[in-house]
Amino acid sequence: MSTDTITRAEVCAVACAEIFAGAGEIMASPMTPMSTLGARLAKLTTEPDLLLSDGEALYLAETPPLGGKSPVEGWIPFRRVFDVVASGRRHVVMGANQIDRYGNQNLSAFGPLQQPTRQMFGVRGAPGNTLNHPTSYWVARHTKRVFVDRVDIVSGVGYDKVDPDNPAFRFLHLHRVVTNLGVFDFEGPGHTMRARSLHPGVTTEEVAENTSFEIAGLAEAGESRLPTAEELRIIRDVLDPKKIRESEVPS
Amino acid sequence: MRDKRMSLEDVVGELRSGMTIGIGGWGSRRKPMALVRALLRSDVTDLTVVSYGGPDLGLLCSAGKVRKAYYGFVSLDSAPFYDPWFAKARTSGALIAREMDEGMLKCGLEAAAARLPFLPIRAGLGSDVPNFWEGELRTVTSPYPGPDGRPETLTAMPALNLDAALVHLSIGDKHGNAAYTGVDPYFDDLYCLAAERRYLSVERIVDTEELVKAVPLQSLLLNRMMVDGVVEAPGGAHFTLAGDDYRRDEKFQRHYVEAAKTPESWQEFVDTYLAVSEDEYQAAVRKFQEA
Repeated sequence: MSTDTITRAEVCAVACAEIFAGAGEIMASPMTPMSTLGARLAKLTTEPDLLLSDGEALYLAETPPLGGKSPVEGWIPFRRVFDVVASGRRHVVMGANQIDRYGNQNLSAFGPLQQPTRQMFGVRGAPGNTLNHPTSYWVARHTKRVFVDRVDIVSGVGYDKVDPDNPAFRFLHLHRVVTNLGVFDFEGPGHTMRARSLHPGVTTEEVAENTSFEIAGLAEAGESRLPTAEELRIIRDVLDPKKIRESEVPS
Repeated sequence: MRDKRMSLEDVVGELRSGMTIGIGGWGSRRKPMALVRALLRSDVTDLTVVSYGGPDLGLLCSAGKVRKAYYGFVSLDSAPFYDPWFAKARTSGALIAREMDEGMLKCGLEAAAARLPFLPIRAGLGSDVPNFWEGELRTVTSPYPGPDGRPETLTAMPALNLDAALVHLSIGDKHGNAAYTGVDPYFDDLYCLAAERRYLSVERIVDTEELVKAVPLQSLLLNRMMVDGVVEAPGGAHFTLAGDDYRRDEKFQRHYVEAAKTPESWQEFVDTYLAVSEDEYQAAVRKFQEA
């Protein structure tokens, strides 16, 4: 497998896997196909102790391909998910309709709270997720419409909403934002969004043009690492032979 | 022991306009849709609905019956995911939204079940949830010092007390003992514990002995203290999924979404599926599936 055949989607899959680096024995809750691919890749490489569910109510004993089945190791109905959330032993990777520079996220609706212009899901578990345990985001199309100056509705809580006098906020940790263009975190000045790496072929201009606010460290960001031969084999032959990853990030 | 069997119409006959009604299930999963359809046939309106919302809330919005909604999300669980009638109600400002974190809804039902005024929860802090609640949602400060000596201030999730609960399970007896099948009980027991009046529809009513032999003990989610009325409603969760009984009717759910797009197509949907009895609905659905 020569590296010149490596696709953007495969780089994204590895970046999503690295979200879970060092996570240990916690529940990984990826909410999209790409982040699911990443979590499963992490489990098959460096993070064997991750707990993965079928997205409905079963903990998987093995690591199946996307859309595949696995033997079961436990039970995780929705009510128990909320217990896990409160325990903190979880890292969720949510999607986002909007994210701002402090990591506030919206998946609820656009427009005024009581009369939105467009209705989406409502806040779902985003407020509880962000207050309780590590949260990351996966954005398949990095645009100015997603990375906005101000989100319409705060579903996922950002760093500028933290009350430093209230220890109830102490578990908030926004770990990574992975997009089709690069890998980001919130370690810029005042917990603002910072570039960690740009995917091969992506320029700083491209990221800047597709983000409404200034991203810290953009000029200094290195290149996202390529998958190893073993990771490529797992992505292509084991976890995603049907190339579902390309439905989110076309090659 | 009391025989609690009722018809769908009997149940709706006990409901009143202005009530706060909790609807069990989750998204497009094991919703008491036959009871919702019976509500649509009635003149009960001006409802406050508490729900992990799906097409239950959508259908009630289509008939303008929802004044206020308490929900963690509203989802059809499959494409196009967003319920069209809930979206219309929201974008037209037709209802008061008390949107909250999903875990807050469970917490509020648990508070009501335990007859507590509130329970503390971390979720909601820092988000727009308090703004959705327009002063109805307060915080509470711990009387105990936190890890660094300072007390934590948390969301004081108020009890979600319900006038009535509507839930659908797989199998029950005529007294109100009932079980789910499949992978998830959802929160149907909590809805019943939080409510004044509790109405259960089941795929089939059997003798108690048969019920307890049919399922593991852990699946017996409801006991007699938690139920006031039992309706036998086979297919009563259609078009949502229902544990081991049936999958979601994806094709029909898409038809529901498509029909919501124009007044003409919706009127046709209403005439065919909603302005009819439950038996006629089930017959029309069979015809749709064969087409």
